[in-house]
Amino acid sequence: MNAEVLIDSIISGLLLGLVYGLAAIGLNLIWGVMKVINLSHGAFIALGMFSIWILYTSFGIFPYIGIIMILGLGLVLGIITYFGALHRVIDAPELSTLLATFSVSLIIIGFGTFIFKTNPKALDFSLGGIEAGSIVILGTKVATGVISIIFTVLLYAFLYKTRPGKAIRAVSMNRTAAELMGINSSLILALSFGIGIALAMVAGALIATIFPFTILSGGGYELKSFVICVLGGLGSPIGALVGGITLGLIESVVTLGIQTSFVPVLEFALLVAILVLKPSGLLGGK
Amino acid sequence: MKDSLKNLTDVSLLWLLAIIAVMAVIPPITNSITMREDIFLILQYIALAASLNIILGFTGYVSFGHIVYYGIGGYVAFALMYFYGIHLIPAMIAGGIVCAIIAYLLGEAVLRLRGAYFAIATIGINEAVKALVNNLEFLGGSAGLFFNFKIYQNYGGAGNAIWLAYYLMAILAIVVITSNYLIKKSKFGLGLMSIREDEDAAIVLGIDTKKYKSLAYMLSAFFPGMVGAIFFFKNGNIEPVNAFHLLKSIEMIFMVVLGGFGTVTGPFVGSLLYERIRGLLLVNPLFKDLHMAVAGIILLLLILFVPSGVIGYLRDKVAILRRYVE
Amino acid sequence: MSILEVDGITKMFGGLTALNRVTFKLEEGEILGIIGPNGAGKTTLFNVICGVYPPEEGKVVFNGENITGLSPFKITRKGIARTHQVVKPLNELTVLENVMVGACFGRDYRPLAEAREIAFEILELTGLIDRAELPAGKLNVPEKKRLELSRALASNPTLLLLDEVLAGLNPAEVNEMLEIIENVRKKGITIMMIEHLMHAIMKISDRIIVLDYGEKIAEGSPEEVSKDPRVIEAYLGDPELSLKLLKKRKAEFDAAEGAEKAERAKEGT
Repeated sequence: MNAEVLIDSIISGLLLGLVYGLAAIGLNLIWGVMKVINLSHGAFIALGMFSIWILYTSFGIFPYIGIIMILGLGLVLGIITYFGALHRVIDAPELSTLLATFSVSLIIIGFGTFIFKTNPKALDFSLGGIEAGSIVILGTKVATGVISIIFTVLLYAFLYKTRPGKAIRAVSMNRTAAELMGINSSLILALSFGIGIALAMVAGALIATIFPFTILSGGGYELKSFVICVLGGLGSPIGALVGGITLGLIESVVTLGIQTSFVPVLEFALLVAILVLKPSGLLGGK
Repeated sequence: MKDSLKNLTDVSLLWLLAIIAVMAVIPPITNSITMREDIFLILQYIALAASLNIILGFTGYVSFGHIVYYGIGGYVAFALMYFYGIHLIPAMIAGGIVCAIIAYLLGEAVLRLRGAYFAIATIGINEAVKALVNNLEFLGGSAGLFFNFKIYQNYGGAGNAIWLAYYLMAILAIVVITSNYLIKKSKFGLGLMSIREDEDAAIVLGIDTKKYKSLAYMLSAFFPGMVGAIFFFKNGNIEPVNAFHLLKSIEMIFMVVLGGFGTVTGPFVGSLLYERIRGLLLVNPLFKDLHMAVAGIILLLLILFVPSGVIGYLRDKVAILRRYVE
Repeated sequence: MSILEVDGITKMFGGLTALNRVTFKLEEGEILGIIGPNGAGKTTLFNVICGVYPPEEGKVVFNGENITGLSPFKITRKGIARTHQVVKPLNELTVLENVMVGACFGRDYRPLAEAREIAFEILELTGLIDRAELPAGKLNVPEKKRLELSRALASNPTLLLLDEVLAGLNPAEVNEMLEIIENVRKKGITIMMIEHLMHAIMKISDRIIVLDYGEKIAEGSPEEVSKDPRVIEAYLGDPELSLKLLKKRKAEFDAAEGAEKAERAKEGT
C-alpha cells in the first residue's frame, strides 16, 4: 500500500466521518434530552435527500442555499412530529417511543415510496476537485465536511450561549428539576426533537451531494448513526462527531486491509462490545 | 411448575388451543393450498409473537433484533439438512438448541443493559450476524443456499414435505402458546413480571434476576430458532436478507403490542389481526401502493391510544373476560 | 450473639464518602432507630446491608455469617427484608401478587399456592385486604407504604429494614403504622428503621444511632441520644428539625414514656 492511497483514504474518511457525525448528532441530541431512540431518524435523512433534490432539480436552488431552507423545514417537521407522535407517550416505557418513532418512519417511507418509487436518484451537481499530486478530492466532499463542522459549532453555540439552548441542557440533565425552575419542558422537548430532525435532514441533504440515494437509503445511515452514537457516547453531541470521524476512518482506511463486506461485521460487533464494556462511549468517563 | 400444570385444563387456555387446532385442520380437510399458505403464515406469526412475548411481554426487555434467532435457527437447520442430509425434525431441534445457547452467551453480556441500551444492542447483534453470514462463503454468502429438490424425496416428495412443515408449525404454535400460559401462571412468570415492573425492587425481593432473565431470553430464542428451521425448509432457500430482516423483527413486536403485551391471548390475537390487516393492505387497490404508510398510521394510533393492545384493553373494560382470557 | 454486626463499613461514590467506617451491632428482637440529617448516609447504609452496593471497606455479618458483597437476592433469602423510601410497587401486578412475590422469593422460598395463602394473611394484618385485586399502581401513597411493608413481611424475615415508612402519612396513619410495627416486633422480628419523624422514632426505638456525613456520631437510648450535644449540633444544619428537637425534646419524651408506661401497665394487668 503506498502512502498516497493511505492519505487519500484518510482524507476522504475524515470528510465522510464529519457528515456521518452530523447525521448522528441529531440522534444523540434527541437521546440525550428525551431518552428516546428515534427510529424515524433514517426516514428523515432520506427526506432531507429528496428535499434537496427537489429544490435543486425542480426549482434550481443552489444546494448550499437549499440546506438552510431544509434546516427550517426539518425544525417545523420535527416539532409537528413531536406533538403528533411522541408527546403522549414521552413518559411511557421505551417500547412505546421506539414504536411511535418507527411508525413515523413507516409513514414517511410509505409516502416516499409512493411518490418517488425506489429507483436511485443523484444530484447532478459538481464543485470540481482539489488536486494534490495523484490525490483528487471532490469539492462537494470538502464542502460537506466544512458545512458539517459549521453546523456542529452552531449547535454548540446554541446549546451553550442562548437561553433556549441552556433550557435544553437543563431539561436533559434533569427534567423534573427544570420544570420546577419554570421551564416548559414540553416546548423544550419539541424544540430538541425539531433540532434533531433538522440536523438529520441537513445531513441527508449533504450526503445527497456526494452519493446517489433512494427513499430507502436513510436506513443504512440510521444504523451507522447508532454505531456512531455508541462509539462517541450516547447523549453527547460532540461525541457524535468523534464517533462519526472514527467510523469514517474505519470505513475508508480499514477497507484497505480487509474486504469491504466485512466492515459492517466490525462496526456492529464494535457497537455491541462498546455498549456492554463501556456504555459511556470511547470518550466517556468511567 | 406444579402449580401451573394443574391449570392446564383452565378454560382460558383450552379455548385458545381449540381455536388454533381447528384453524390448523381446515387446510388438510379442505385440501386447499391457498388456505394452507395463509394459515401457515398465521401459525408462524403466532409462534414468533408468542416467543417474543416471553422476553418482551413478561420480562419487559425490548429485544428489537429478535429476528436474529429465526435466522440463526434457519441457517443451522438448513445447513444440517443441506450438507449432511439430516431430517427436518432433528435439524429443527438442533436449530432451536443452538439459538438457546447463543442467547445464553449473548445474554450474559447484553442482559446487563437496560431499556433502550438493550434494544440498540439487539439491533446491533442482528446486523452484525447478518453481515457476518453475508461473508461466510460456505453458507453461500449473500446469495445464500438453495435446496436441491431431491432433498424433499426423503419426505415422500415436495408436497408431503410442505405438509410436514405445516404440521410442525401448527404443533410449534400450540407449544409456544401453552408455554406462555405455563410461564404466566408459574412462580417463574411472577418473577419475570416483577423484573418487568421494577428490576431493582425484584432483586431486593429475592429474585435471582440474572438467572431469570437469562432463562427467559433463552426460551424466547429457542422457539424462533425452530420456526426459522421450518420456514426455510419449506421455502427451499435461505439468504441473509430474508433470514435477518429487521422489519420482520418489528412485525413480531407489532403483533405482540397489537394483541396485548404480556398476556397469553394477546400474541395470538395480534398475529391473527396483523395477518388480516397485512392482507387487506396488500390487496386493496386503494391501499396497495400506500400499505406501508397506512401500516405506520395504524401502528401510531395503536401506540398512542391503545397501548395495552386489544386483549389488554378488553380485559380492562370487560371484567368478566378476565376469567376466560389470560 | 448479635443478629447483625456492621463492622467498619466505608462506602464511596466517586470522591464522596457516603459512609465512613460505620460500626454497630444489632441484638435480636430490638428496634434500632437510625436518624440523621438529609444526606447523612442512612439509606446508603441500608443499601449496603442489603447488598445493593458493595462497600469499599468493612463487613456485614448476619447471624454469624459474613454476607458482605453477596447479591441482594441471596441476602433476602437469608432473612433480611426491606422497604424503600421511594416506594417501588410492581405497578401492573395486583396488590396480592406484589405480596406473593415477597413470599415466593423470600426466606422461605414458598411455592406459588402457599405464597397466595401467606399473602392473604399478611394483607389482613396490614389492612390492605380490600385492595388485594387492585393493580398496585392504583394505590394511594399511604397504601403503597403499607404494601412495601406487606411485601417485606411476606418474605418472613428475621431482620426488617424500614426506610421512612412514616413519611408522608397523616397523624392517624402514623399511629396505625406504628401499631403494625409494634405487632411485627411482637412476632420476634428484629427491626432497623430510618425515620425523620422524631417523636415516633423516639417512642418506638430501643436504641438509636445517629449518622451525620456518613459517620456515626452518637449511639444510645433515645434519651441519651436526644441530649447529645453532637446530635443537636448536627441538626443545626437543619434549623427546623434542630429547633423541634431542642424545644420538644423533653415534652415529647415525657409524653412518649408516659404512654409506654401506661401501655406496660395495661399489659401487666
